[in-house]
Amino acid sequence: MLRFTDEHEWLRLDGDTATIGITAHAAEQLGDLVYVELPKVGAKLTKGEAAAVVESVKAASDVYAPLSGEVTEVNEAAGSDPASIGGDPQGAGWLYRLKLDDPSDMDALMDEAAYADFAK
Amino acid sequence: MSWGCPMSPNAAGASSPSESISVAPPLAQTPLHAFHLRHGAKMVPFAGYAMPLQYPAGLLQEHRHTRRAAGLFDVSHMGQIVLRPRSGEVAEAARALEAVIPIDVLGLAEGRQRYAFLTDAAGGILDDLMVAHLPGRLVVVVNAANKAADTAHLRATLPDSVAVEPVLGGLIALQGPNAAAALGRLLGHPADLEAMRFMDVREVAIFGAPCLVSRSGYTGEDGFEIAVPAEAAEALAEALIADASVLPVGLGARDSLRLEAGLPLHGADIDPGTSPVEAGLAWAISPVRRSGGARVGGFPGAARILEEITRGPARRRVGLRPEGRAPVRAGAMLFADAAADEAIGHVTSGGFGPSLEAPVAMGFVPAALAAPGTRVFAELRGTRLPLVVSRLPFVPAGFKRG
Repeated sequence: MLRFTDEHEWLRLDGDTATIGITAHAAEQLGDLVYVELPKVGAKLTKGEAAAVVESVKAASDVYAPLSGEVTEVNEAAGSDPASIGGDPQGAGWLYRLKLDDPSDMDALMDEAAYADFAK
Repeated sequence: MSWGCPMSPNAAGASSPSESISVAPPLAQTPLHAFHLRHGAKMVPFAGYAMPLQYPAGLLQEHRHTRRAAGLFDVSHMGQIVLRPRSGEVAEAARALEAVIPIDVLGLAEGRQRYAFLTDAAGGILDDLMVAHLPGRLVVVVNAANKAADTAHLRATLPDSVAVEPVLGGLIALQGPNAAAALGRLLGHPADLEAMRFMDVREVAIFGAPCLVSRSGYTGEDGFEIAVPAEAAEALAEALIADASVLPVGLGARDSLRLEAGLPLHGADIDPGTSPVEAGLAWAISPVRRSGGARVGGFPGAARILEEITRGPARRRVGLRPEGRAPVRAGAMLFADAAADEAIGHVTSGGFGPSLEAPVAMGFVPAALAAPGTRVFAELRGTRLPLVVSRLPFVPAGFKRG
């Protein structure tokens, strides 16, 4: 299941764990990324709190936790090569995996068509 | 996620892009507005103008291309002001201007320009500028955000015998190691242009339009700034980027280029709260205007500024290299060590330096901590990160001085 937030993040659910990244639209708006700060594995995140930071040359942007849960894995490759995120933000450029407190929270998020309409 | 705050405090969109759209008055357009749209620029509000933030090549490539080849920048938003003595004697305008800037203008030869700043009575920097000596007049180029205030200040302080005339027109910067070759190819290699050195100024006809060309810029590279009549600006810009070595470059890369070059931005690194000596700009204050000089003082804030030249300022603008990968940006507080409670200063500009492939910043620290190699700490998202005080510029300048 692929879902999107109004903060321009995407989540792909596999079991009770969601892989999370920034949308292609967000990556396009930010431009070339030069630095990424990822959460720590094991960190407990509450929906809405700053989970990661992505920085372009011109600005730093917070990436908020779209749902509550525990970080199980981070994308070290993206962390060490931030520029690679822009090339495939909704695939190889994922940021972290979150074991959701309640996977049914996904249902409240936008599907691809709704997000495409939102990001217009 | 939240889009971060771009550019400088001078930007009309200083708080957030959406907010600036709702509250800002309609944006002015430069003579190159259609050029920017045609070449796919992402436009942003800046100092009341719609300006290109970047083109499709993107900020990193635009930055690197300027260092490696040449970049074309629209700087038409900046203020061009002619100071014309009614007597025709430029010395009269020079003498009058010396009453508001601590620079030797009387000694500025025809065909040359100098870096200068307007100071206030407290010794703060109202604006920084370039002043050029042309036949029968001085030409001043000031920051976009300050041009109305500067024009009013000059009108209020210069005598009636010197007319203060804002110029509406295009201003195009061509910057980079290939800039001279590209401009030369376009103009058929005129000898007077080829002979220009750093800070020379020439009146040149380009495609029949009277232009003012200076060999200067804001990137740390060799290059030119070309004042061109508005109606001729677009044709000139198109002709310049038709050269394979020239890429259009937006405000984003202009900011990262000047940051790497250690050049201060008014409204960020310097402002009325900073003195020229604190800001490391005392080099521009001519010996003739200093203690012991023939025309010592006589400019606003002279007492403080001359005192600081003699005794040294309490704090200094320095270059800062974060030891890690995280950019440290304007506003970050600086501390003497990882645990100190009291901030010792703050970062005034900072970001990622594409040519250095590392974060770079500038800020103010107490004079005792201003020596290169000194370690200080910046607070970033609740963590103290180490930075090393570094010499400016971060990248060597490519000016044609010879």
